[in-house]
Amino acid sequence: MPAVSKGDGMRGLAVFISDIRNCKSKEAEIKRINKELANIRSKFKGDKALDGYSKKKYVCKLLFIFLLGHDIDFGHMEAVNLLSSNKYTEKQIGYLFISVLVNSTSELIRLINNGVKNDLTSRNPTFMCLALHCIANVGSREMGEAFAADIPRILVAGDSMDSVKQSAALCLLRLYKASPDLVPMGEWTARVVHLLNDQHMGVVTAAVSLITCLCKKNPEDFKTCVSLAVSRLSRIVSSASTDLQDYTYYFVPAPWLSVKLLRLLQCYAPPEDAAVKGRLVECLETVLNKAQEPPKSKKVQHSNAKNAVLFETISLIIHYDSEPNLLVRACNQLGQFLQHRETNLRYLALESMCTLASSEFSHEAVKTHIDTVINALKTERDVSVRQRAADLLYAMCDRSNAKQIVSEMLRYLETADYAIREEIVLKVAILAEKYAVDYSWYVDTILNLIRIAGDYVSEEVWYRVLQIVTNRDDVQGYAAKTVFEALQAPACHENMVKVGGYILGEFGNLIAGDPRSSPPVQFSLLHSKFHLCSVATRALLLSTYIKFINLFPETKATIQAVLRAGSQLRNADVELQQRAVEYLTLSSIASTDVLATVLEEMPPFPERESSILAKLKRKKGPGAASTLDDGRREPGPGGDVNGGVEPAPSTGSTPSPSADLLGLRAAPPPAAPPAPPSAGSLLVDVFSDSPTGGPPSLGPSPEEAFLSPAAEDPGIPIPEADELLHKFVCKNSGVLFENALLQIGVKSEFRQNLGRMYLFYGNKTSVQFQNFCPTVTHPGDLQSQLVVQTKRVPGQVDGGAQVQQVLNIECLRDFLTPPLLTVRFRYGGAPQALTLKLPVTINKFFQPTEMAAQAFFQRWKQLSLPQQEAQKIFQANHPMDSEVTKAKPCWTTWTQTQRTMWVLGSCRPKPCRWAACCGSSPTPRPRCTA
Amino acid sequence: MMQFMLLFSRQGKLRLQKWYVPLSDKEKKKITRELVQTVLARKPKMCSFLEWRDLKIVYKRYASLYFCCAIEDQDNELITLEIIHRYVELLDKYFGSVCELDIIFNFEKAYFILDEFLLGGEVQETSKKNVLKAIEQADLLQEPRHEYFNVPVY
Repeated sequence: MPAVSKGDGMRGLAVFISDIRNCKSKEAEIKRINKELANIRSKFKGDKALDGYSKKKYVCKLLFIFLLGHDIDFGHMEAVNLLSSNKYTEKQIGYLFISVLVNSTSELIRLINNGVKNDLTSRNPTFMCLALHCIANVGSREMGEAFAADIPRILVAGDSMDSVKQSAALCLLRLYKASPDLVPMGEWTARVVHLLNDQHMGVVTAAVSLITCLCKKNPEDFKTCVSLAVSRLSRIVSSASTDLQDYTYYFVPAPWLSVKLLRLLQCYAPPEDAAVKGRLVECLETVLNKAQEPPKSKKVQHSNAKNAVLFETISLIIHYDSEPNLLVRACNQLGQFLQHRETNLRYLALESMCTLASSEFSHEAVKTHIDTVINALKTERDVSVRQRAADLLYAMCDRSNAKQIVSEMLRYLETADYAIREEIVLKVAILAEKYAVDYSWYVDTILNLIRIAGDYVSEEVWYRVLQIVTNRDDVQGYAAKTVFEALQAPACHENMVKVGGYILGEFGNLIAGDPRSSPPVQFSLLHSKFHLCSVATRALLLSTYIKFINLFPETKATIQAVLRAGSQLRNADVELQQRAVEYLTLSSIASTDVLATVLEEMPPFPERESSILAKLKRKKGPGAASTLDDGRREPGPGGDVNGGVEPAPSTGSTPSPSADLLGLRAAPPPAAPPAPPSAGSLLVDVFSDSPTGGPPSLGPSPEEAFLSPAAEDPGIPIPEADELLHKFVCKNSGVLFENALLQIGVKSEFRQNLGRMYLFYGNKTSVQFQNFCPTVTHPGDLQSQLVVQTKRVPGQVDGGAQVQQVLNIECLRDFLTPPLLTVRFRYGGAPQALTLKLPVTINKFFQPTEMAAQAFFQRWKQLSLPQQEAQKIFQANHPMDSEVTKAKPCWTTWTQTQRTMWVLGSCRPKPCRWAACCGSSPTPRPRCTA
Repeated sequence: MMQFMLLFSRQGKLRLQKWYVPLSDKEKKKITRELVQTVLARKPKMCSFLEWRDLKIVYKRYASLYFCCAIEDQDNELITLEIIHRYVELLDKYFGSVCELDIIFNFEKAYFILDEFLLGGEVQETSKKNVLKAIEQADLLQEPRHEYFNVPVY
């Protein structure tokens, strides 16, 4: 039994708790509890009415049992009864039980509300506080409905006691957070702001939390609180350490209130009124000055409280991001903390500096601490601190220090904790790409990543290195040489084999001149890894082998032997078997020319946001990575993500309106089918609707041309052009047009702002078409909105034959009218002309983004300009299947300045009313990111 | 805003739990298990803050008892550490050099004190005097119970 039993000791309870503590085993404990539960149940059911004290004691025991982790399914009624007791402690226990155990669905809620209501209107401040605590603790919607209207009145009433006001403020805050719609705004809101002036510090402390929350939701309505908060803050920070009596905490005046006021100010931009702003800057300077003063106490509480205010001050300075002087001072202050003996301070300093690094004013100042941060990465004993150091290095990285930071991170990776390896790998990959000056360094870095932490190198990372090597011919030779060397290590990671296999298959010829890396050596090196690899890697290697047959005819016999081996041809894995069979056949029957065409080097990849960055953002959650990258303001076009990629003189690329964006922009693909050399494209008719069934013509002619708008008048679209177009709004392939002579089929794919369309022209007659010439024209402004590159097609189409035309499409801006396709040819000497609308509509370039309803509405509310918002509600013609609709986004709402569309699946409770999409902020760059 | 506060012993026994966000009992148990394990595994000199899900955990050990709070991303870690300390001071003042046993045997009092200090996850009153005045007033309202010796045990 404990010596202390203050107030009303409940002896029975104490005995019970002792018993439980004395139980030697879990079983014994359960037995004791069951015995107690049976006893309580019988008391509650018994005929004899229990007195208040017993009721309280039993309810308290039930509570104790519940808190031990056992379920309690009775006693609620007794607890509710206690609410109406006029004895304070009985009431108190009743409320405690309800706060801990009652959920909002309880059918008792009406009875509880009754009890609460009685106390709330009792005018007894202690009872009122109990009731308010209960509402705040339960915070359910039902309670909100019952009391949300009364509490504001209690809060601002002139005769409410201070303690009641405090509880009312926080109780209202809880209800407002849970169900804002239930709290009526009104006359009280103006008076709430003035609580910032209240004489009682406790009232101010409680009220600031409520005001901050209200400000976040309606910043305009509460603007007056800024000057009040500034003057309150100013009075606190300039007060002597004893002025505030009990609100001074270890010589720090009102630290909690100060922190809350500084938080409140972060809801707003810097004050416009010069006097207010002057006063505020003075406050911030005072806090920074005080940080330099010798401590008034050696207690850690003193330093914590003081630094809590300091860190919040620095947050506000960063939030304003407008006072270079203060930003640099903040940075220096944090710099001192980087070497503080308190781990907590080092951790927070690293964290805070991360945000400072994204301000243009303090970026340089942060960089001066690079050595300390690197040292922290190496020596900190706590992984969470090292994690912060790695984050900060990532944030402070720019062109000037990228090499140093990347090499330090690589070194750290060797010993890094498993939990954070993947993130470090992603960060290194992003920095290496972003700040690569020469690409050999980039290739080295990524190969090092694979060597050191191959298991944590995700697909995104190694895909990316392949994309970059493919798109940049100045690095291909180096890459081939480096992977060749890397593959010679006795044990190399499977990811290395994948990268090596792909690069040698594409660019192995660039190093074949060296006898040490002659074709047979390259092949046997790769093949020595083959048997240790997974199916996916082996499949990739088979493709490399067939590519080798094209690159190095001398390896043909060896490779065919490998493909022919029973272990390949009869492999249990379908994919491997199919590849072996098809590649073997391809290599045996196709002529050298066909092989050369089919196995041509891959065309450059269309540029897109690095998938690695997207992955990092996913990992860190929204905010983390994006603030970092959005926040970094670098001059020049190099500022955007991936901007570090220098514009490259990519050979053969046609200048295009967006060529300045990224040097890697899709150059028109050389003559090669878009898919990797899967023999499938040879064996299967791509376009099965084709009545002729003839294979589509392979290998368009190597010459490529921009079709400038036709000199000739394109002619008026045929009457049914619109109808034909509408068929394709939601689908990407099918028959676009058909008459007695000609069938035009379409197959298209779109990704971000790029698209590729295959048009299949089928001659349905038995007579050759002559002077066959399809052209694409851009009516009106479309020229500046959409780029369509077409490949030339042969001038003759034989009877029953089909020709294929490839169109590369790039959307530069939003557009309304589709481009026109005019087909002219001579049939039996008679000229034929036909104009259709090309099925390219803006929705093809939309990408759905899923977001929770809450996040959506937040963004929706941020739209302020009238033209940014459009809303249309319409009856759905068809039942909505959310899966189907998601797959085929088709929206009719679209306004001029909007670029990004969102699809909301979870916005409305009923699927039939499901109709939400929206656009928002225009991108500054002339590129459509829809 | 603080989302919850947990007090647990070095053996991992939960002594007090206060939740400021609505969660199911199952979820609460899961969170508790996970956090108790995480915090107990940390070494003494380590930093008192850690990232957990999308929250920040701030914890401190007093003798045999761990105090552990979960706060939101924009909240201030150091001031939370002092919230813990102020709560310990309040308990200490009320019980007179508080120990784990006081909290076990008088858990209801520990809750009452906490409610006076924090409400809805926000600091309500930081003055030690004012908080204890409220609690002691309640004790004064308490009528002497002479008969309780006659009440049978349990």
